[in-house]
Amino acid sequence: MLLGPTLAVAAVLFVIGVAGVLVRRNAIIIFMCVELMLNAVNLTFIAFAQTLGVAGQIFVFFVMAVAAAEAAVGLAIVLAIYRHKDTVDLRNINILKG
Amino acid sequence: MSLVWLVPLLPLFGFVLNGTLAFTRPQAKTAVSLIGPGVLLAAFGAAIVVVKDLVAAHPAAPAVFTYWDWIPVGTLHVTAALQVDPLSAVMILIVTGVGSLIHIFSVGYMRSDDGYARYFAYLNLFVFFMLVLVLGASFPVMFVGWEGVGLCSYLLIGFWFEVTANADAGKKAFIMNRIGDFGFLAAMFLIFQSTGALDFASVFARAPGAFALGGGTVTAITLFLFLGCAGKSAQIPLYTWLPDAMAGPTPVSALIHAATMVTAGVYLVARTNLLFALAPVSSAVVAGVGALTALFAATIALKQWDIKKVLAYSTVSQLGYMFVGVGTGAYAAGVFHLATHAFFKALLFLGSGSVIHAMHAAYHHTHSHDDAQDMRNMGGLRTYLPWTWALMWIATLAIAGIPPFAGFFSKDEILGAAFARGASQPIWYLFWAFGLVAALLTAFYMTRMMLYTFHGPNRTGDQEREHLHEAPWVMTGPLVVLGILSLAGGALNLPALVGGNAWLERWLEPVTTASASLLPAADVSSGTEWTLIGVAVAIALAGIVGAIQLLKPAALVPARQAPAEAGFGKVLANKWYVDELYDRAVVKPITWLSRVVLWKGIDQGVIDGAGVNGSAAISRALGWVGSKLQTGEVGFYVVLFVLGVALVLRAAIR
Repeated sequence: MLLGPTLAVAAVLFVIGVAGVLVRRNAIIIFMCVELMLNAVNLTFIAFAQTLGVAGQIFVFFVMAVAAAEAAVGLAIVLAIYRHKDTVDLRNINILKG
Repeated sequence: MSLVWLVPLLPLFGFVLNGTLAFTRPQAKTAVSLIGPGVLLAAFGAAIVVVKDLVAAHPAAPAVFTYWDWIPVGTLHVTAALQVDPLSAVMILIVTGVGSLIHIFSVGYMRSDDGYARYFAYLNLFVFFMLVLVLGASFPVMFVGWEGVGLCSYLLIGFWFEVTANADAGKKAFIMNRIGDFGFLAAMFLIFQSTGALDFASVFARAPGAFALGGGTVTAITLFLFLGCAGKSAQIPLYTWLPDAMAGPTPVSALIHAATMVTAGVYLVARTNLLFALAPVSSAVVAGVGALTALFAATIALKQWDIKKVLAYSTVSQLGYMFVGVGTGAYAAGVFHLATHAFFKALLFLGSGSVIHAMHAAYHHTHSHDDAQDMRNMGGLRTYLPWTWALMWIATLAIAGIPPFAGFFSKDEILGAAFARGASQPIWYLFWAFGLVAALLTAFYMTRMMLYTFHGPNRTGDQEREHLHEAPWVMTGPLVVLGILSLAGGALNLPALVGGNAWLERWLEPVTTASASLLPAADVSSGTEWTLIGVAVAIALAGIVGAIQLLKPAALVPARQAPAEAGFGKVLANKWYVDELYDRAVVKPITWLSRVVLWKGIDQGVIDGAGVNGSAAISRALGWVGSKLQTGEVGFYVVLFVLGVALVLRAAIR
């Protein structure tokens, strides 16, 4: 597998994720963008695992496990917020301020 | 002699027992009556045993008993050690002997007081510290006693602390003594700096090598020491606390403010006689201040109406005599006067206590609120208090210096020594003259006190008169013993002139021999000596006869109807306005400094304003800035987060 193109794809995915987190207001979409960033990182790990050893692949398993847990908790929170405020637009969720 | 530790420890034991009783069973008065005087009598017995051993051994050097290492720091090595030598032997006999009598007297005087156990606890503690003071083998150990007696003095002056004036008098005594203690401490530092030791034996052994005769260091040391003495022994300019100290119970005045504690300064000068002999200027200052105090206090005593105030100023005056003695180099004479003064002044104070006891009881019966200590309310008490009357006359003749009473020999010896010194240093003629005038005034005011208290018509009041009665034997008994001592105390040190062998002077020789070699005692011919004695006796008689001739006890009216003083008498009655002067010159400026500058300016302005409130304002401003960052918008946080990551990456990848 080619290292350079793989890393390029991972970088593109990551930047799309960051841009999505920065510009979107919908909590679910931001959530998906975060997942996108995680998967971009996973891709980077896999790419490097070809040359640097199996540790990268092990890490990917960990990231996936944590991402699954995070998705479960995060979606539960989003659901709770939606029930409470009838919206998932982050501009309306700003009561925690100084 | 090895029993010496028992002497201070017995009163300490009494303090612990009485202190426990004061907390647990304050009404157990019989137990307190047994413990309080009991430990003192036991201590007196132990002191006699110790002194007997000392007489038998008669060592040239002091016998030092070391118990434990107290402050071993670098080159400073202070041990908890007691020393027995002729001087401390005289002192422990006076402290425990006169102390025992006063403790016994207190049983009668304080019996009806609610704080009876507390009183004896303090009194025992005082005796413990006083014994540490006179037995200590080094300056620091002595200083412990020095501070301890100051503490007990404070506690006992303010014994009836429910009255603000009494508590204030205690504080005044304590603060005045702090000024003197500063001098003592500074002297100790200088002594350690120049001799490298603080125990008496080493300091005195190294002093002739370490100090030049009349050098600056030794003069500074001795002047600082004398500042301590002036505080403790109530000399000009620190004497004003002693008359106020009369707020305490009368036996306390007798024990602490007449017989023992106030003589600690005289003891200190006598103890460090070698240093004072090396500093002639300081010795002259000691004698000069003593002479001035003797005269000054005697003038104030002329116009006091409170019987205890008369005795208080008389004490200040007599302490002045002692300082004339030790300042002149007649250390034995100073200590001799210390001893005789302890006898007759304790007798006078206890006698006045007996008078006040009778007056107080009489007023108590009729629920009168008249002053039981004002002589204008007394008069004619001779018929009601015959024992007290007779014994107080003995003490009066003793203090006035009438032969053969005790005070005559000691006072005459001091005046004689001062006169003899005048031949080489004429300034001493002035001190001698001061002393002589003070002797005249002493005879006058003491006779005045006796006339107004015991003679003439009674002014107590018709109903009260029936309740006046002599004190119980537990009070008159000690008076009789002190009366005998006042009568015969002069035998301690009969001069060669009248066939005596100056026993006390020879006994103290091991203590004073080093300084005597530096400053040989000046001698006068026996003819001059007889003349001096004649002059002194004539002056004392003139004072007594003058008082009897001039004063009219019959013309006095009770205090409530008495007219105000006028003219010079008013100045004397108001004690030369020295208290007012101190108030204007020292107390008011310090209060102003504390209130306006230190409190309002520095404390409220700088510390509270700039310090506490200032730092609070700064953190509040920072917090306001920080709180503005918390917008609550997740997007904003994420932008910051990404920016942060970018910055970290920028720093990491280089």
